[in-house]
Amino acid sequence: METLEEIKARIEAAVSGAQLEILANDSPSGQRSLLVDDNHALTVAMFLRNDPGLQLDYCSNVTGVDWPDKVEKIKTKVKKVVDGAEQEVEETIEKRTPGFLEAVYHLYSMSLKHGPAILRLRTENRTDKVHLPSLTPVWRGAEFQEREIFDLYGIVFDGHPDLRRILMWDGFKDHPMRKDYVEPDDYEYEPTPHAEVLEKARAHLPQPQPKEASA
Amino acid sequence: MIDEGLKSELSKQGIFTTTFNELIEWGYNKGRANSVWPLQFGLACCAIEMIAASMARYDIARFGSEVFRPSPRQADLMIVAGTVTKKMAPQVVRLYNQMPEPKYVIAMGACAISGGPFKQGYNVLKGIDRYIPVDVHIPGCPPRPEALLHALMTLQKKIEEQHLTGPQQARHLNPEAPSEFPVPEYGEHDLVPPKNEAVWQPPKQAKDDTQGNV
Repeated sequence: METLEEIKARIEAAVSGAQLEILANDSPSGQRSLLVDDNHALTVAMFLRNDPGLQLDYCSNVTGVDWPDKVEKIKTKVKKVVDGAEQEVEETIEKRTPGFLEAVYHLYSMSLKHGPAILRLRTENRTDKVHLPSLTPVWRGAEFQEREIFDLYGIVFDGHPDLRRILMWDGFKDHPMRKDYVEPDDYEYEPTPHAEVLEKARAHLPQPQPKEASA
Repeated sequence: MIDEGLKSELSKQGIFTTTFNELIEWGYNKGRANSVWPLQFGLACCAIEMIAASMARYDIARFGSEVFRPSPRQADLMIVAGTVTKKMAPQVVRLYNQMPEPKYVIAMGACAISGGPFKQGYNVLKGIDRYIPVDVHIPGCPPRPEALLHALMTLQKKIEEQHLTGPQQARHLNPEAPSEFPVPEYGEHDLVPPKNEAVWQPPKQAKDDTQGNV
């Protein structure tokens, strides 16, 4: 298969206005991916599937990623006038990077026996602007997996033929795979090696009476 | 009514004494215990072991339980074989409610008795005994077919010891005892209610041996 740079250049030539970005991956696999903007995602996907040199006709996996809001503390030295004399004072500034949700598509070619090419789509934020175009019209196999992402991450796929929850029931409000999901607190005592679970269970037990100091 | 001591003394001499009630009870219980028809449904991998138990190698027919009924109306025993997800729990309780009395429940495997490896998850019920009364619990992940057969024999023993009259009367003969239990509803974050307090109570305190560890 062509390199990701070549694919990117060809997409840019074929789809006018498409904003693409190659995302690095510093894990041992080093598998890089192509970030596509929402507006051109469907056209780009069609190109990837239909292009005779690529023929990425098989979407093997669609998954979601939750990137929570990032708070970085940056320390800077600022000159300030303290007690009449100029001094250098350290100040910490909190830099807030808003989080977003991602849908990741792993694409292979059955006819040319190559792959994977990895496509990423990003939402604007994690709360209200969570819409992405559905790629189910391009790869039918993505249907259930996009429903699963809708269920567990809360990304709304526009153009999906049947967007409903797939694992949890319809009245369920949460998205359990999000980092800030709080599970129902129904812990009770159990013999377990997990200290975290015991700690949660302990909150439900009557508090032990403090032992009287004995000689 | 014959004296217990005399009865035991007579039996040592080879004389068997009984009452008409005891004889009826014995026959009634023997009949029921040796034709326990399970409900044919499986929820996860434990069901494979249940199927294995019903096939020639382990042959649950030796215990009179080979007639797996596809309808709850014809079943005596519910084998909860596998993970009960919160989405599936209302259906399991509904099936139990649809079974005619006398009815029994075997919770098979780690998931059905406690939630198993999924206990700390958000989507798995932490044991079916939160909603319906369970007669026999089988640990194991999954339990071997022999374990299921042992549970069935335990249940048969339990059935044979049931009484038709008196203070230890069987549950299904008592018109006061409930035979149906409320079906939980799907809530916004969890099942509502998360457990049936009348059937199951959480442990009130941790055991002493673990108290020092935390």
